[in-house]
Amino acid sequence: MKAWLRQHRHAFARALPRIELLNVVVIGVALALPAGGYALLESVRAVAGRLAVEPQISVFLDAKRTNVDALGTILKRDPRVVRLRYIPRDQALKELGAVQGMGELVAALGRNPLPDAYVVTTSEENLESLAKDVAKIPGVAQVQADALWARRLATLARLARTALWLLAGVLGAALIAVTFNTIRLQILTQRDEIEVSKLIGATDGFIRRPFYYAGLLQGLAGGALALVIVGGSLALLNREVRLLAESYGSDFRFAFPREPDSVAFLVLAGLLGWLGAHLSVSRHLKEIEPR
Amino acid sequence: MVSFSAVAKRYRGGEEALKEVTFSVEPGELVFITGRSGAGKSTLLKLIPAIERPSSGAVIVNGQNVGALKGSAIPYLRRNLGLVFQDQKLLYDRSVFENVMLPLAFSTHSTNEASRRARAALDKVGLLARERSNPIQLSGGEQQRLAIARAVVNRPSILIADEPTANLDAESARRIVDIFVEFNQVGVTVLIATHDQGLVTQYGKRLLHLEGGRVQ
Repeated sequence: MKAWLRQHRHAFARALPRIELLNVVVIGVALALPAGGYALLESVRAVAGRLAVEPQISVFLDAKRTNVDALGTILKRDPRVVRLRYIPRDQALKELGAVQGMGELVAALGRNPLPDAYVVTTSEENLESLAKDVAKIPGVAQVQADALWARRLATLARLARTALWLLAGVLGAALIAVTFNTIRLQILTQRDEIEVSKLIGATDGFIRRPFYYAGLLQGLAGGALALVIVGGSLALLNREVRLLAESYGSDFRFAFPREPDSVAFLVLAGLLGWLGAHLSVSRHLKEIEPR
Repeated sequence: MVSFSAVAKRYRGGEEALKEVTFSVEPGELVFITGRSGAGKSTLLKLIPAIERPSSGAVIVNGQNVGALKGSAIPYLRRNLGLVFQDQKLLYDRSVFENVMLPLAFSTHSTNEASRRARAALDKVGLLARERSNPIQLSGGEQQRLAIARAVVNRPSILIADEPTANLDAESARRIVDIFVEFNQVGVTVLIATHDQGLVTQYGKRLLHLEGGRVQ
């Protein structure tokens, strides 16, 4: 066990000088794009979640004719209804008044013109049919289905997510290619040492190990640099975003990826580096005699 | 300890380097393999550590049939052999000491024990005072002695040297052979290939003469 650990320590120490700063920068910049894209998308998604990304129907009630509780019971019984929220007219006016720039307008109204309402959350496929059916219920003054808005937003979110995965795939492949080539060059420059090591009894594992560590560490270092770039960029962007968001009465900021996401990202970058090294070592070590 | 039984070796392209070679070397024996260039001496020695595989016949080393060994078993075979090459195969970006430490990197010895063994091996070949030098600063004879130190540092049971005295002056060549003889005297089996028959006859050891790939 001690010997095994010593050999890994030896391989690790031999791998450290093999990490090339320029490659780390290339990998870091390449990985910063999907990492940054992910951070932006997650930030926007969090806000969109608050703005009702899910398909919703606003059911405005006829104040004179409606039994609010009875209508609520009918809606709750409908299996197409995922969630139901009742917004009394007073609360609706209060919420409207809290929106930046609307306070004075609401104060000038004198009386509350807003009706009581139910906000019904449903699935996208049930949106239109549910809206039609709810509109027929006595006491419902108006039904507003946010289908188009929901569909567009969902489609845009899917598009952005797909684009991000494609970008991540391409740049992940670039990371593998960069590591593959770096390790290939290292194998070429250390050809004599590898040949001698094979002749005096080094196992394949012993010869491969420093290259695996080099690929892994290069990937990890590139991933860490990518996170630093993303963090720095978001901090710069947030200076402007803060001002813009405050003008809309919002506290929106672009958020740095959460800790588990950052760790997963680093692990993935390290694994891709290791994979590039593995492919390169498997291909190029065979070319060195003796086998 | 080492035995060849009807061993033939054909390279790609049809060139037959060894034909029906049969001999055996007993533990503790020193054998000089002589013959002209192209007689098959290097090929014969390369079959022992499985650098080359026999086309037919059996090469037995320490009870193992080398030709039948799996690739993953070959490094462990080589660790019990000390190999010395005509071109030394030293690493010129490492010090003398680091060159000798190389085979100990994958041994089970602690770092202290490895260092002690490396220095003992260097002392044995008279290079301890040069341990910090770069091999490029050594003379041809010293480089060959360094290669011997690296070959013996793991205390192998068999030492194999392919033309270790080529390109050396007579005095240096004799000193190199003397070192091999000293190792043989402490029980190491030694096989040395050389084309310099005049040098080796004076030692009165067994000669195995190769000609056209056959043992004469």
